[in-house]
Parts: sequence; C-alpha cells; structure tokens
Amino acid sequence: MPLSKDEVRHVAMLARLGLEPGDEDFYADQLSGILEHIDRLQQVDTDDIPPTAQVVEIASRLRDDEPRPSLTQEEALANAPASVDGFFRVPAIQEET
Amino acid sequence: MSDDLTALTIKDASRLLRLGTISAADLVAAHVERIERVDPHVKAYLRFTPELWEKQADEADRKIRQGDAPPLAGIPLAVKDVLCVRGVETTAGSQILKGFRPPYTGTAVGRLFEAGAVMLGVTNCDEFAMGSSTENSGYFPTRNPWDLERVPGGSSGGSAAAVAAGEAMIALGTDTGGSIRQPAALCGVVGMKPTYGRVSRYGLIAFASSLDQVGPFARSVDDAAITLALMSGYDPLDATSSDRPGMEVLNNSEGGVKGMRLGVPREYYDVKGIEPGVKAAIDAALFILRREGAEIVDISLPHTDYGLAAYYIIAPAECSSNLARFDGVRYGLSEVDAPNITDEYLQTRRKGFGTEVRRRVMLGTYALSSGYYDAYYLKAQKVRTLIKRDFDDAFKKCDAIVSATSPTVAFPIGAKTQDPLSMYLCDVLTLGGNLAGLPGISVPCGTSEGLPVGLQVLGPQWGESVVLRVARAYEAASEMRAEVASVV
Repeated sequence: MPLSKDEVRHVAMLARLGLEPGDEDFYADQLSGILEHIDRLQQVDTDDIPPTAQVVEIASRLRDDEPRPSLTQEEALANAPASVDGFFRVPAIQEET
Repeated sequence: MSDDLTALTIKDASRLLRLGTISAADLVAAHVERIERVDPHVKAYLRFTPELWEKQADEADRKIRQGDAPPLAGIPLAVKDVLCVRGVETTAGSQILKGFRPPYTGTAVGRLFEAGAVMLGVTNCDEFAMGSSTENSGYFPTRNPWDLERVPGGSSGGSAAAVAAGEAMIALGTDTGGSIRQPAALCGVVGMKPTYGRVSRYGLIAFASSLDQVGPFARSVDDAAITLALMSGYDPLDATSSDRPGMEVLNNSEGGVKGMRLGVPREYYDVKGIEPGVKAAIDAALFILRREGAEIVDISLPHTDYGLAAYYIIAPAECSSNLARFDGVRYGLSEVDAPNITDEYLQTRRKGFGTEVRRRVMLGTYALSSGYYDAYYLKAQKVRTLIKRDFDDAFKKCDAIVSATSPTVAFPIGAKTQDPLSMYLCDVLTLGGNLAGLPGISVPCGTSEGLPVGLQVLGPQWGESVVLRVARAYEAASEMRAEVASVV
C-alpha cells in the first residue's frame, strides 16, 4: 500500500520528527517501497496463531521493595542541555495567566 | 615485535603476561602504535579512552605480579558506541547523543572490566545500530580492513574492523538482526550473538528491545567463548536476563562434531542473491564438517520468505517507541530555546537523527498507529510465532543449523545506500535467529574474490555450547584462522 505525502506528514508529526523541504516526497517514496515488500505478510494464514512479543520463556520477577542508592540529583542533571534549580528546563507548556 | 603483539589470541597473550615476557602496558602500547598506523585508514574507532587504558593496564599488571590475575587481565578491548561506560562519551553513532557521558557502566562491559579487560576506545557503528554497513554512522563510515573501498558490514562494523585490523584483541557489539554476525563475516573474524536473555542489556542504548543482544568479536572461537561466558548470567538490572549460569556456555563446547546432525535449510542454502563464491565456500565447509563425522541433514524453514517483512515491522515499531526518549530535555542535542515544547521536539529530532533512523521511526510509528496496528504489528508478531515454530521443528531433526552468514562478501562503499531494501536484505540469513531468540556465531570460512566469507552456526535457545562445539570443530579441521589484515 503506497504511503501518501499526507500520511508521511501525519506520521512524522506523531513521531515528533521535523520535516525539511523535499522530505515528504522522499519518505513517501521510500516507505512505500518498503511497505510493498512488507505487504507479503498478508499472504500468510495466521488465523489461529498467537502473537509472539517475548521469545524466551523467562518468568517476570520483582525485586524486593527496599530502598537502594540511585543517581544523585547532580549526576542525573549532568547531561541536561538546560537545567534550573535542580530541574530539567523545558519551554513553557502553559501560558502565564 | 609490536605487530606480533597485536595478532595474539587471549590464550597466547595471557601466557606471555603470566610468564612476565610482556606486561599489560606493553600490550596496550603495541595496540596504540598499531591504531596510530592503521586507524586513519580503517576508521574503526570514534574515540579513545587513554585514562581507562592506563588505569586498567596498571591494575592488570599489579594483579599479574601478585599472582591473582583475573581471566582477561590485560586483554585490549574495544566497545561499540551503544554500550554505556561511566564518564566516556557514548553516542550510539548519533549526533543526537553528542557529548553524552553516561553516569553508569552497562553490565556486559562492567563484567569484562572486572575480568581484567583493558578498554582502548569506542567503536563506530550505524546510528542506533540501524544498518548493515556502518555507513549510517552520524560521524563517518568505517572501512573494511581487507579492502578500504568496501564496507565492514554493520551495524557493529567498527568493532569487527578493529579486531580484523589488529586494533583490539576482542570487541563488543550488539546484534538485533545480524549486527554482530554479518560484520564478523565481512571482516573475517569470529562474532557471536547469544540467546536472547543470556547477556544483560542494562546500559545498552536500546534499538529493538525484544531482539537486541550483546556479544563478542574475537579472532578465535576460544576467545569469543570465554568473553561471552564472562559477561553472561543473571543481572537484577535487566528483567529479561536469564538466571542460567554464564559459564554453562562452555560446557561440552569441545569434542568435535562426530555423530552430530547439522541442518542445512534449503531456503538459506539457495537464498536469492547468494554469490557463487559464497556458496562454494559454504560447500567446502560442509565437506569438512561431514569429513569430521557430522551428518548433514536437509531441512526446511518454510516461513523464511516472510522473515524480513516481519522483522521490518517489529524492529521499527520497537525503535519508534525506544527512540521517543530522545526529546532534547534530559541529555544530548537540544533546541531548548524553541518557542514551544512541540517545536523543541520537532527541531531537536530533525537535527539529531539521520535518514535511516528517521525512516525506521516513521515506519514503526505508522505500523503502530491507529487503524494499522492489526494489519502490521499484530500480523508481524503472529508471523514471528510461525518463524519460531519453523526453528523448533528444525531442531527436532538436527542439533545445529549451518549456512552462510551473509549472501555476499563485503560490498563497495555507497553500493546500497540509495535503496534501503537492498541494504535490509544483507540480514536475510541472520534476522531469523533474532526473531526466534537463538544463539548464533559467524566464523571465517575462506574467501570469495579475495574477501572473507562467514559460516553461520545457529543453535536452539540456550544452546551456545552446541554452537561453539560446531564452530570450534570447523575452525580446527579447516585450519581457517581469523587473520589480521595488514591494511598498510
């Protein structure tokens, strides 16, 4: 199934990927080519087949709920592009009232 | 002398270290000299870690003198740029993580440090391990040490090239669809992907979490085996790590192939696009294995034709979720001065991600998006079940599976960059092992057109010892050794 330019725009926005001029055509073309190959999956009869998300049988286990050391605030913020007063700084998401 | 030191295996190096013939510092110096000579051509490394190698070599020499040297004391190690090492810039081959210095060390690397390994540096890879040629690196492409105009394979191309060029004795890589085995094949070294869950993924920058595994590159099966054993085993920091003892991978991993049944999947043997020279090398390997007493069994993996399609839904879907964390807020590149948070995300991710990463994030986002989930993601997971069942059925008829690792030898730089599907097809013989969670190895198996060919051995889940046994038997009987490329 070919992907339209509108769909590329929609998917890019969902993924928060900024597009540059020409990107819509480029990715519509390339993703359509890949999806054309992927469409062969529809030939497989999977009516009674369960999905596999985790391929190895490993029982989930929980650790004991005990306090343990973690990163310090300084370590956690060490790679932050911008921080203020011990917090990560981001553009405001609400307008001042 | 120094070139001799950069062509050693762990076993030989350890003997010289314990005899006092050489020191860990000598071994490091020889490798640094070799790197200075060949890496400007090969470009296997992104960055070097002199503070670590000085400290770790000192520590190794001290322990050797005291007579309590751990198993990898003084062994020079290279680490793929997706494995976090405390304080060492780790970028997943991406501009979006430029400058990122992890506050902790991943478990696999940490265990090799405890075992005495000496880290020389961080190796190049395709951005976020997405690629089969290392050309998708956000920094520069790595070159194949056997022919500098060709790719080393990928995504762990820097690690494979470093071991092949004598720039490290062992290296770590990661394998999501073939990213250890394929570059090992193209560079003529040994590369092993363990069973999913064998090695902790803690500290691995995630690409596709249900497929990713960490594994070793080496110049002998012995070296790959001991390196894998030392980093395996339960880690409370990875809920998918198995509590099986790591050392079990070595149990019964010697003793030859006499009486073993080795399956040759006809879909792999005659895979579309396999080069005649690769097929001839595999035929020669099968002849040797039969001569050693193995029974070669014809088997079928009937869903092979759907593997690539299932993989290119599952892996991009998982990556689109994993890579959502790169938002420019907590680490890495940031357009924090954008007018609003949405623009901050859009601009950061536009500048930080390369073409292949964007392609896969979009593909995965599409497959998971409303209205398409059942047709793509759920369907692919069901086909994954069928692919796993193919392998379950096959292992009723054989002890291990043998095939080519890659349908082709190393290809020229730029040959596949314009057509993503042609690049994806590089992994057609390896990605089934990831979808089914199997252990697999690639060992050198001669040459075609003067370039290395790899023989892949796949085993049932937790069957690393079977895989290693076949690989060791082949290595010994064929006298194929991973040699060091002269480069210059």
